[in-house]
Amino acid sequence: MSALMKEAPRLVRTQPLMELSGLSKTYGNVRALDDVSARVYPGEVLGIVGESGSGKSTLLRMMNLEESPDAGRYRLDLPELPEDLFTLDRFERRMLRARRIGIVYQNPHLGLLMKHSSSGNVAERLLVAGERRFAVLREKAQVALEASEFPIPRMDAPPIELSGGMQQRVQLAKAIALEPAVLLLDEPTTGLDVSVQALVLDTLKRLQQERRITMVLVSHDLGVIRTMADRVMVMRHGRVVEEGLADQVFQDPQHAYTQQLVHAKL
Amino acid sequence: MSLSDLTGRWKAFSYGFLDPSAKRELRRKMIKAVSVPGCQMPYASREVPIARGWGTGGLQVTLTLVKPSSTVKVIDQGADDSVNAASIRRFLSRVSGASETWDTLDATLIQSRHRIPEEKLSRDQILILQVPNPEPLRGVEPNMSTARQMHADADYGRMWLQLYEQMVRSGRVMLGASYPAMVNGRHVMTPSPIPRWDVKKLHMAEHLTILSAGREKRIFAVPPYTRVEPLVFDDVPYKVEDHAHLTCARSGVTGYFMNEIPQEDGSAGYEVSDSHFGIKAIDARDGGTPTVGQTWYRNGELA
Repeated sequence: MSALMKEAPRLVRTQPLMELSGLSKTYGNVRALDDVSARVYPGEVLGIVGESGSGKSTLLRMMNLEESPDAGRYRLDLPELPEDLFTLDRFERRMLRARRIGIVYQNPHLGLLMKHSSSGNVAERLLVAGERRFAVLREKAQVALEASEFPIPRMDAPPIELSGGMQQRVQLAKAIALEPAVLLLDEPTTGLDVSVQALVLDTLKRLQQERRITMVLVSHDLGVIRTMADRVMVMRHGRVVEEGLADQVFQDPQHAYTQQLVHAKL
Repeated sequence: MSLSDLTGRWKAFSYGFLDPSAKRELRRKMIKAVSVPGCQMPYASREVPIARGWGTGGLQVTLTLVKPSSTVKVIDQGADDSVNAASIRRFLSRVSGASETWDTLDATLIQSRHRIPEEKLSRDQILILQVPNPEPLRGVEPNMSTARQMHADADYGRMWLQLYEQMVRSGRVMLGASYPAMVNGRHVMTPSPIPRWDVKKLHMAEHLTILSAGREKRIFAVPPYTRVEPLVFDDVPYKVEDHAHLTCARSGVTGYFMNEIPQEDGSAGYEVSDSHFGIKAIDARDGGTPTVGQTWYRNGELA
């Protein structure tokens, strides 16, 4: 892992870029989210940890406006956006996602068209946002792929012919192609072998350092969260049980569940 | 003075093979289609005495619009005299009392499979295009419900991506017929399998175009003076078929859409695709004085 990963946590500003408050969601008899609130500050990496079924992926889907809660509000501190993003219609949500929110899924099949070219996958995001110049599409796709350390000679290969690590890099390039205000990462390294995982995390860390991209990283891997996150939110049974600076949470966990998680890892 | 004195004498209006309720539904759907240009309207496609896929959609529209005073022209890939075109034209005439014609200028209703005539259509004419597959998103989204949702959201990113992919792989857009076009800046439609040569004829045209797919049960329309813009990248111009320099072996005209005729020696000969336009050209060459209308293209360039 690179030296960048050892860097001290960045300063947190007072005005949050992303603010979710009082989110609740029930599927049948299952309470997936129960009065969850979260704040993400500009340039920081918020890690969300928790066991399977704790609600972290549901929360991320809401951050990506793929889903609406039964109750709660969502605000992004960007010009010309309403106070509650859940009031946006489907078209407005799609345009906001295309322009301001990037996402990398654990499963590349969810984020990529596997039989289209890798550059085409990146270009799709630009096309949805309204870019109609072929030369610009090529150039921007190449820049984004380069930034995610994808080998440019293979930029027109379809993801289905690429390794898992390369597929994640294409997803990452697609997510950052339009310089999003926030980058959502849903278990981006799960399923990759350790060396590839380290390379992908290095790339993410470098991007975060260079571009000051605000990130929300969901993972059940405490090592990944510890490497990347400035702040950590621990979820269980759809509730936030602990929240704080990463070092604080990992070194001095307060909640019994967090203690269990940290000790299980150690 | 009573109301009946002021109105025309009532007479049953039921000819043209289809029953009145079928016609009523089709008329309503046509009005909807005209109101939302390029948007596909579902309808209950009826049985007509030709097989599905042979122009049942176009035939139902023509049967709904036809009246005894109509003059109908039917073309099949530009030809008035193909078996299919002749059969449909005679059927229309027999069930409605309408006149038949081969001349584009004389026709009030033109039902066509895969071509738009070379002579410009006027505001008094209606072009009915037979459409095998009305869904432009079929190639990128096989689920019909999702495709309809994508139309509702104007979500055409994947259509553009398809063009991008072709540019990457082949250096040019490989679509020939059915080139997708944005109608009125809102809905992407497939303009039926007309060649790229013909797509631009629909842009701001004086005439009404109704496109109907009988098997797929969809109607859509391009009203007069409506923008029809093929999907093209800003820096990659739209190209029509390279027919501008070709000369018709029979009529001698140059600069129109041609049919390629394989020759015995392996070479290719060419004949103008719009058969009656070719007949007029032959007549003019032989000293006749046919009435030739203004054409969309002149010297191979869109006028």
